[in-house]
Amino acid sequence: MIRLSSRKLHVLSDAIGRPFVARVTTNERLPLSMRGSEVLLLDSWTPSNELDGFRGLLLRNAPEEATRLPPNTVVLPPELAYVSDGDVLRISPQDRALAVLYRRRAAFNALLVTERCNHLCLMCSQPPKAADDSHLVDVLLSAIPLFAQDSPEICLTGGEPTLLGPRFLALVRAMRNYLPRTALHVLSNGRSFSDLQRARELAAIAHPDLMIGIPLYGATSELHEYVVQSAGAFDETIRGILNLKRAGVRVELRVVIQRANFEHLPQLAEYVARNLTFLDHVALMGLEPTGFAKANLDSVWIDPVEYKAELKRAVLTIAQAGMRVSVYNHQLCTLDPGLWRYARQSISDWKNEYLAECEGCAMKHRCGGFFSTGVPVRSKYIRALTHAPPR
Amino acid sequence: MAVRFDPRGTFAPTPGSYRLLPLRFERIDESRVVATNLVGEFVVLPRAMLSDLVEGRLHPDAPEYRELKTRHFLTDDRSSVALDLLALKARTKAEPIAEFTGLHMFVVTLRCDHSCAYCQVSRQTADKSRYDMTFEHAAKAVDLVFNSPSSTIKIEFQGGEPLLNFDVIRHVVELAEERNRTEQRKLQFVIATNLSQLNDEILAFAAAHNLVFSTSLDGPEDLHNGNRPRPGRNSHELALAGIERIRSTLGIDKVSALMTTTPRALGRVREIVDEYLRLGFRSVFLRPISPYGFAVRSKIADGYSIDDWLSFYIEGLDYILSLNEQGIAIREEYTSIVLEKIVTQRGTRYVDLQSPSGLGISAIVYNYDGKVYASDEARMLAEMKDESFLLGHVDTHTWADIFTSDKLLSVLASTVAESVPMCTDCAFLPYCGSDPAYHQAMQRDPVGHKAKSSFCKRNMGVFKHILRILNDRPERADILKGWVAA
Repeated sequence: MIRLSSRKLHVLSDAIGRPFVARVTTNERLPLSMRGSEVLLLDSWTPSNELDGFRGLLLRNAPEEATRLPPNTVVLPPELAYVSDGDVLRISPQDRALAVLYRRRAAFNALLVTERCNHLCLMCSQPPKAADDSHLVDVLLSAIPLFAQDSPEICLTGGEPTLLGPRFLALVRAMRNYLPRTALHVLSNGRSFSDLQRARELAAIAHPDLMIGIPLYGATSELHEYVVQSAGAFDETIRGILNLKRAGVRVELRVVIQRANFEHLPQLAEYVARNLTFLDHVALMGLEPTGFAKANLDSVWIDPVEYKAELKRAVLTIAQAGMRVSVYNHQLCTLDPGLWRYARQSISDWKNEYLAECEGCAMKHRCGGFFSTGVPVRSKYIRALTHAPPR
Repeated sequence: MAVRFDPRGTFAPTPGSYRLLPLRFERIDESRVVATNLVGEFVVLPRAMLSDLVEGRLHPDAPEYRELKTRHFLTDDRSSVALDLLALKARTKAEPIAEFTGLHMFVVTLRCDHSCAYCQVSRQTADKSRYDMTFEHAAKAVDLVFNSPSSTIKIEFQGGEPLLNFDVIRHVVELAEERNRTEQRKLQFVIATNLSQLNDEILAFAAAHNLVFSTSLDGPEDLHNGNRPRPGRNSHELALAGIERIRSTLGIDKVSALMTTTPRALGRVREIVDEYLRLGFRSVFLRPISPYGFAVRSKIADGYSIDDWLSFYIEGLDYILSLNEQGIAIREEYTSIVLEKIVTQRGTRYVDLQSPSGLGISAIVYNYDGKVYASDEARMLAEMKDESFLLGHVDTHTWADIFTSDKLLSVLASTVAESVPMCTDCAFLPYCGSDPAYHQAMQRDPVGHKAKSSFCKRNMGVFKHILRILNDRPERADILKGWVAA
């Protein structure tokens, strides 16, 4: 697992500044005019370095003598040693905190925009917090212009991003303006869009490559609302989906499979195929055993092998309706081979791992692997596969 | 993390709070009924369960309650979004009506070299000038075609044997393509032909203009030639040769085939399917005889009962499904059309299964003599001296004349199946349609008395059979769903 933050930053310079957002560079000859938004990453520092104008200095090795250091000089924590050119950091010297907001080399970056939420899902991997965290948006609005314009994909996640209201729209607008070639994926429960006006406002931004990922856990209100722990959620989410599509915004449905809903997957698939045929993608997802899922493991976890048949039925029903469907977060050895062509390597690189049992597996290069986050709960049936994929 | 979650019951509907959405039902076997909702979603229930449902006694904990709720037979105090979704589905199903007339049939000649007993039109062999469409009428018909607002226009050449008047086909294709440079419709051409007159010139023209062919193939050689007499008794041989020439010069998907069920076909459905397989076809259309033209005069339409045809169809479908179970991909076309109506929310373009009827607004016929008819069957009726669905003439009527005529509008109004006696209460209404030309031919009335309607009896038999497979035979249901092109 790759760590994305540190709270024990070793701050070297006396001039302790306010928190700031900056991009990493290793080019100490960068023209002075370009240095204002950059932190310079060096292996070590010597007084001969000409470092005027950089926003800060990031050292892989702490110098023996720490005099005449430029302002905002910090030591890069060893667990963040992967940080490199183009990454965007938030450094808060006073709090001894450093957060990696964006990794230049990752195919996919997720931005946490708020921790507030109007759901309390049984298996939430990112349990909500009630505190006002509106400063997160300010940080992101200043960070987005620093991201590389050839970034393939960025995800806005929460919490429930749309609770930010106009500030959510400001984030989408910033993504459109500064990263017009980057796919934007927003994870939302969709309820805000049960107001058609809200859907139209989002559509009016005309982001060139936007998709809203919306969870649905059951085909009945009672099941979905039990999982998200909120009465009235089902109707609002469905209306939200309808309004988004009406406004011309692309929508992906995301179904996290768990103990409460695995038996009902075929019914949910039928419902989706009959009512929501116009969806742009459906993802059937394995559980990430962290957050509430970790705390409630016994009541939410189910071995994927136990729902093999239900998952197959569900995927085929959706595929038969001509819809795009994928299986996320599953290991190929737990899936019916007929579903391998739908399985994606969906776990973000920084929290993706494989087990000792996986060594020598013929399919490892195509397998989704495991979450390294949370508790190490695994299917009892993990094994190395010896044969090639079915045609 | 000490978070307390609410138990499931917190989110459950109040027992007895549900309200029924529109539904219809029909007995499907001794103990069970099939219930369908407004848009054709279905649930098979024990009879007693249906009573519980309609009398408000079904408990929210029952699995059937969840099934009925997700399939939009009821709403309860926890969820009403079913209404939004039903409305959306109903609109989607009705969308083809707004598309308007897409299929334009040109009867370019009544002459034919075959003398099939089941022929739906009265063929003519003599007097070329009298039974061929003229260039002038063809040009006027092309003008009418492009008055249709439809984004997709399919021009189908019919006969008689249309290739006997190939000059007019060529003329129509060239005029339509010229016109389409500015119209920019999705334009397709089909020739319905027995292929006996196919030659290099026709093939070259078809290649240059992307024409496709639809031919008749009734099964093995003896059956086909028995059904389709021509001088030389070689209809089967010529059809096969034509199919092969089209495939090798134009491509495998440029020719399709249709069969017609005659009394001598009964009991031979497997041989017919096998013949289609031998020739490399991936679909068979098991069609009953239509009660028009020579088929009536020769009494061949009386040669078997609806039950005979249903047995033929069911045996054929069973055989086709068993082939699919072996991995041999072949479909039955009528089943596919019905399935599309059962398992998807799309509307159909199939003229006989639309409400209102597809007469004129889905398909229209320009006859050899310049007369305009509301359907292929309508011109067949006219050959039987019944001009109920004669809408006008290319010389004297405009598009507006034809489509605002009382004749067309009144028949359309009377074929909205939702308001037709007996249809209005029928569980199969969402899958069915109303075939006014058929009822006019059989009962001298475009609506007809459905209890005496063989159209009704045949389709009810087909619907029940397909629904039983979908409900009771999951592995076969999968095969059937695979037939519906996504």
